[in-house]
Amino acid sequence: MSRAAAPFETAGPAAEADDLVLDVAGLDVAYAGGVRAACDVDLAVRRGEIVGVIGESGSGKTSLAHAVLGLSPATATVSGRRLRLAGTELLGAPPARVRALRGPAAAMIFQNPMTAFSPLHTLGRQLCDLLWREPGSEAEKRLAAAAMLARVGLPDAAARLDAYPFELSGGMLQRVAIAAALMMRPALIVADEPTTALDVTMEAQILHLMREIRDSHGVAILIISHHLGVIAEICDRVAVMYAGRIVEEGPVEAIFAAPRHPYTRALFACDPSLIPDRVRRMPVIAGEVPGPGARGCGFAARCPVVEPRCAEAVPALAPVAPDHGVRCLREAS
Amino acid sequence: MTAAPILAAEALSVAVPRRRGLAFRPAPRLDILAAASLAVRTGEIVAVVGESGSGKTTLGRALVGLARPTGGRIELDGAPLRDFSAASFRPVRDAVALLFQDPASSFNPRRRVAEIVAEPRRIAGAGGTAPADLAALVEAAGLPAGVLQRFPHALSGGQARRVAIARALAQVPRLIIADEPTAGLDVSVQGGVLNLFIELRERHGTAFLLVTHNLAVVRHVADRIAVMYLGRIVESGPAAAVLRTPRHPYTRALIEAEPVADPRRRRTAPPILGEVPSLAARPEGCEFHPRCPLAAPLCRSEAPAERRLDAGHTVRCHFPLAAGPTIVAARVADIEKRA
Repeated sequence: MSRAAAPFETAGPAAEADDLVLDVAGLDVAYAGGVRAACDVDLAVRRGEIVGVIGESGSGKTSLAHAVLGLSPATATVSGRRLRLAGTELLGAPPARVRALRGPAAAMIFQNPMTAFSPLHTLGRQLCDLLWREPGSEAEKRLAAAAMLARVGLPDAAARLDAYPFELSGGMLQRVAIAAALMMRPALIVADEPTTALDVTMEAQILHLMREIRDSHGVAILIISHHLGVIAEICDRVAVMYAGRIVEEGPVEAIFAAPRHPYTRALFACDPSLIPDRVRRMPVIAGEVPGPGARGCGFAARCPVVEPRCAEAVPALAPVAPDHGVRCLREAS
Repeated sequence: MTAAPILAAEALSVAVPRRRGLAFRPAPRLDILAAASLAVRTGEIVAVVGESGSGKTTLGRALVGLARPTGGRIELDGAPLRDFSAASFRPVRDAVALLFQDPASSFNPRRRVAEIVAEPRRIAGAGGTAPADLAALVEAAGLPAGVLQRFPHALSGGQARRVAIARALAQVPRLIIADEPTAGLDVSVQGGVLNLFIELRERHGTAFLLVTHNLAVVRHVADRIAVMYLGRIVESGPAAAVLRTPRHPYTRALIEAEPVADPRRRRTAPPILGEVPSLAARPEGCEFHPRCPLAAPLCRSEAPAERRLDAGHTVRCHFPLAAGPTIVAARVADIEKRA
């Protein structure tokens, strides 16, 4: 697979391409030493849509999120057919073009808000710096920053501009991180486990805020999480990742009502909020997650309905309903 | 329930000085744990829940003397500790094992797992430390004997948690205090750790004090629950009663804040706003009133005393909620119907 996109590749009808904020096809991410983190990932995010990527640790979901923003380490190889962000191809693009897209095209919210800011500069300084591309005086930018902080529900927003990150709680800082992302008016926000470091009471407030900014700013959100409840709460569509591949993808209602892939089913069966009260034993998925890039189906070794043919080839993503695909041989036949 | 609890706290308090005191003016003190009472009996699983900063970790640590209590009483098998000196905590530490929040950081990185799990036995001078004995020990925690030769950095999160459990089991404890035992674990692995707890309880009658913020986990394993807010226990009682019919508005808010893995039951608004106030600025009256949707004038002026409701259920609220089912109870019924 070449690093550059094929020159004749077109992204379908123009209207549809315009509507896609993120368009990923056949994406591979590999680290030094040939460790594959994501294999053959197809993912599309439309304007104003909230798409969730769910998976356990090591499933490749964070590698995918970093590749979208060109944040993969220098030793990583990112290749594939297409990686278009707001209509611009990122595969093979010079670093300057990737940099120019960060901000206007896509912004990121990280898991730990405590380490997302510089501890040495005030929040006001850091928020104003994000507007470096824009004309306007420092005073105007401070006004814009204060207005955005108020918008994300930070009490006493104007005074917070002179605060340092350590003076705010984790939940408050995550609000500032969301404000920072919105300041650049991106078409897409990539949020990697945005509520994992927060208490449930703050989690509910942050999820509510993310849904609100989608409605008010029309920004699309790609949210990475291992928490089924978080995904169910805010997503329109969800992709389930296992061992570097998307094994099931579809509307959130369809997948939560009736998961089709054996892995998705096993994952749902383990979620403590979906288990009847006081079971004798909690369900688990036996065995270990294999390294990505296995020859056959990655879940074959742990699958309760495995067949001999599962070890032979990677199943294709088979459509089981409009917009709902499952990477399982049993669904394909 | 006539036997004395293994470990009981009566009005246990932990306070630290806020700044350095002067010669004739003692420093003002910050109450991290404010008169918490809790008892754990043989074979019982008690969960302490609350947001970060609620004092739940401090409660667990104070019970074994890792945080020095500044008031109240601790009883071991009904006998009160003489004082809170290191010597008087010794018998407590013989009976109790601790599982720390981040197990990997509680291991010496330069020692192999075999040395780590053998250490309690060496210190106690009891129990076998031969390879076969250690293999049996890690196998009881659900690990292959092969991990004995590994260093901590070569363990996954779930394995590290199990090694910590194996170390806790080296001297079969009567009580295990586990701080966030499932935090940071994938759901497919979480269940295995909880199953291990349930097995230990069945086999040895081991009791557990689970310090956690994960109510979904608590619902499956806990016999009793204590809910903490700003260092105080605001509601406690049998797990089923507290979770199905919470009487404190804070408990209900905590339960309803848990995201539901069902897109058809999305919430339209967050169940609770704001965050835990600073311990240095405790609100007057009921400490929950600034965030309470039902706060009345009385709540702003007067701190509520603990009230006894039915069957061991206590609540610290002027206006306890009616004993009606919550949306959570409706959801549980929903799940059970499907199962």
